[in-house]
Amino acid sequence: MKFGVVIFPGSNCEHDCFYVIESVLGKPVEYIWHQDTSVKGFDAVILPGGFAYGDYLRTGALAKFSPVMNAIADFAQKGGLVFGICNGFQILTEAGLLPGALLRNVGLKYVCRFEYLRTETTDTPFTNLLTRGQLLRIPIGHGDGNFFADADALKRIEDNGQVVFRYVDAAGQITRDANPNGSLNNIAGIVNEQRNVLGMMPHPDRSSEEILGSADGKLIFQSMVNALVTQ
Amino acid sequence: MRATVIVTLKPTVLDPQGITIHRSLASLGLTDVTDVRQGKIFHVQLKDGKREQVERLAKEVLTNPVIEEYRIIWE
Repeated sequence: MKFGVVIFPGSNCEHDCFYVIESVLGKPVEYIWHQDTSVKGFDAVILPGGFAYGDYLRTGALAKFSPVMNAIADFAQKGGLVFGICNGFQILTEAGLLPGALLRNVGLKYVCRFEYLRTETTDTPFTNLLTRGQLLRIPIGHGDGNFFADADALKRIEDNGQVVFRYVDAAGQITRDANPNGSLNNIAGIVNEQRNVLGMMPHPDRSSEEILGSADGKLIFQSMVNALVTQ
Repeated sequence: MRATVIVTLKPTVLDPQGITIHRSLASLGLTDVTDVRQGKIFHVQLKDGKREQVERLAKEVLTNPVIEEYRIIWE
C-alpha cells in the first residue's frame, strides 16, 4: 500500500498530509511532483490544500493543466482512490473529476475555524469506519468554499447519495448559521458517481491528532487504509 | 489582431462580490443603480485568422462552464 501526495506550485498542506500518512498512520507515502506524468505504483493519491498557481484565474483552474492531472484522471477512471482537500477539492472540480464548483464565500471573507461535519454516507472508501450521522469536528480555512452546482447537477448529486459531509451545528442540525460559506445544501464534501474520488473543503489533515484540537480527521484516512486492505 | 474576452458568472449563479459592490453604492446616493454583476476581462493578441484559438482559450481555460459564461469582442 502506498499513498502519494501531489505537490503543485503553491501547494502548502502537502507536509501535513504526508505527516498524517507516515507518522500518524504509519503507512508508506511519497510526494508526487505536478510535472510527473505517471502515478504508477500508488494506491491512493491526495491533492493537498494550498493555493496552486496562486489561485490565478480561478482556484484550481490552472492546476488542472499540470501533466500529473492526466495521470490522475486515468487513475481515477480505473478506480484508484483520489482525495482532494480544500484546494485539492477545487482542483478536482475544475478538472471535471467531481461535479460542481467552489465559488467565493458568501461573506467574502476567508474563514478559518473548526466546524461540525455530519457524515451523510458510509458507502465510500473514505467513510467506511464512520457511522451514518456521525459528527466530526474538523477545521476549515478557505475563501472560496461555497459549493455550487446547477439544479439538475445538484439533484443528481443528492439522489445518488454523493454528498459525504454537510456543515451542521453541534446538535447535528443543518442550519444556515452552521454554513460557513453559503454552500448549497450545506455541502462540505462530495464523491463522484463511482465513489472513489472525494473532495472536501475541511481539513482532516489538520485534525488527525488530539494535540491539534481534534483527531476526527484521522478516521477518514484510516477508512482509506481500510478500503485498500480489504479491496 | 486583438480580441477581448469578457467572462461573467451565469445569471443563475449568486455573485456575492457584485452584491457587496451594489450595496456600497447606497452610501454614494446612487440609488438608481439596480444591480451590479462583476466579472473578468482579458485582452488577447493573436495572429490574423486564428480566431478558433481564442475561442478555445475562452472556452477551455478562461471560463468554468459550471458557473461562468463568456463573450468575445473582436477588434
